[in-house]
Amino acid sequence: MSTATAAALAPVAFDRNSLRNRLGLVWYKVRQSPLTLYGLAIITIVFATMALAGVIAPYDPNLISLEQRLLPPSAAHWFGTDEVGRDLFSRILYGSRQSVSVGLFVVPISGVIGSTLGCFSGSIGGKVDMVMMRITDIVLSVPSLVLTMALAAALGPSLFNAMIAITVVRIPSYVRLARGQALIIREMNYSKAARTFGASRWHVVRWHVLINALPPLIVQATLDVGGTILMAAALGFIGLGAQQPTAEWGAMVATGRNYILDQWWYSGFPGFAILITATGFNLFGDGLRDNLDPKQKAS
Amino acid sequence: MSFSRIIVKRLLGLILVVLGVSIITFIVSHLIPGDPARLIAGDRATDEIVANLRHTLGLDRSLYVQYWRYLSGLVHGDLGTSIRTSRPVLEDLKAFFPATMELALVALFFATLVGIPLGVLSAVYRNKFVDQIVRTISVSGISTPAFWLGLSLIVLFYGRLHLLPGSGRLPDGIDPPTSITGFYIFDSLLTGNRPALISSLRHIILPAFTLGFVHLGVVARQIRSSMLEQLNEDYIRTSRANGLAKWTVILRHALPNALIPSVTVLGLAMGDLLYGAVLTETVFAWPGMGAYVVNSIQALDFPAVMGFAVLVSFAYVLVNLAVDLVYMVIDPRIREVS
Repeated sequence: MSTATAAALAPVAFDRNSLRNRLGLVWYKVRQSPLTLYGLAIITIVFATMALAGVIAPYDPNLISLEQRLLPPSAAHWFGTDEVGRDLFSRILYGSRQSVSVGLFVVPISGVIGSTLGCFSGSIGGKVDMVMMRITDIVLSVPSLVLTMALAAALGPSLFNAMIAITVVRIPSYVRLARGQALIIREMNYSKAARTFGASRWHVVRWHVLINALPPLIVQATLDVGGTILMAAALGFIGLGAQQPTAEWGAMVATGRNYILDQWWYSGFPGFAILITATGFNLFGDGLRDNLDPKQKAS
Repeated sequence: MSFSRIIVKRLLGLILVVLGVSIITFIVSHLIPGDPARLIAGDRATDEIVANLRHTLGLDRSLYVQYWRYLSGLVHGDLGTSIRTSRPVLEDLKAFFPATMELALVALFFATLVGIPLGVLSAVYRNKFVDQIVRTISVSGISTPAFWLGLSLIVLFYGRLHLLPGSGRLPDGIDPPTSITGFYIFDSLLTGNRPALISSLRHIILPAFTLGFVHLGVVARQIRSSMLEQLNEDYIRTSRANGLAKWTVILRHALPNALIPSVTVLGLAMGDLLYGAVLTETVFAWPGMGAYVVNSIQALDFPAVMGFAVLVSFAYVLVNLAVDLVYMVIDPRIREVS
């Protein structure tokens, strides 16, 4: 391999300095947008809560205390207590581990599987691509909430099965997005140049297509974390997600519903936790989109 | 491409989608660990009864045969029989459809009515305080768990303030209006049934707000981005230079053009609203398809779930076809280019 060929095939995006400069620019722009910063702050707090739940929580989340049933918020119990006297504040703190983990489990897995399939489909083209796109179209045309619910019900109600159901249903949207990117990138001069210099198809997909398709995929993934948390909570709410006595936000709202008119705090606080967490990821994702992926700007 | 070619192409696509949806839902429904025949017959039925039932339902046949039977039923408008209600699924869905449709339409009306002005304000005052507020509202729209928003509204407006009813379409004391369209608001208007009209309007406010709030954000964002695009165009600058007032230019020139791409978003929103009603209806005990399908899923009544998925996907594709046609009518450029 001549020096010129080696230089042409060298993965440019992996130049450390250029990557650092690019990230530095994104961070500079993110700092200019207050809403994105709020999103980042919320995400940081949520992660800290997940990590430190054991330290911050004033009570054991599963400690039953029947004489302290359904107490309103007070100095001793900030968010009140539930129907068997468990401290809701502690349960919400521990619940972050269940509810947020769903997003952190589902999005990377469906994102990696979907993006890889999409990049290959777009790069290979032809019949494989056509079949892949038809399958994707069909899965995307089934209402996602209904498909997820049906899958979760068929697999049996549990948080893990709910996660599998959400993962499967999310894959096609990544296939779609990555394939679109692959179609654009494979026509770019640098991909063509690499091919001319004898790079294999796999090399082009790995070093050019996948890497350059990343920004829109990262944006989509960040926005998806919020959506996934909401979906898992919805499944928990209709009884297809986490089961008692697991502290999961959606399931807590569902149980609290039985006491909704007199003990509003029971449903109120866990639901508010879902709202804040999803808002954090959506604000941050929105801001990333403006900076990482200017073509699909929200503004 | 002419109108008729587009319609033919889309209708062929529709067949493909319904076929695909039926395959997917069929596969999913055969993942259930239990025996559907046992589920229908109940725990106390003898093995013989269950075996007979299995034979009658064709469950002892191979999967291909079962799917073929399901598909040929589908072509004749037969969606199977619900395990839970023992009635034809299509009959059940027909009975629940108007309630869901009425709720989705009112929610869409609300989302559009509030979303468009918010989007316009946000674009005109880009990066100002108003814009930040509108963007925050849009993001909280897509971040709010609909079931929780519904519960919170019930606590506030029904539990505390006693202003609005918290569940159902009409209270016990009031008879539904004579059914013409199945939409209570419309029917009571047509028949001049004042008590039913007022009551059904009061009942629909909270669920429609809950359902519409999510889409309010989507509409506002779409309007904002297409307004920003229009406001940068030369014709806007020319109109301003010619001395037209700022808001005349915004409302009479920029907005109509910005609305065109939004038609697509509204079309998609209508589809989302139909199945998004699943959670809202559960919270408000709204007697529609959404509440029906949640009950069916919990009872592992898969013929009903499959029927719902097929019907909604069908409606979704039809709505999108209609949107494309509207798009062509209101934007002559698309007709000429394509």
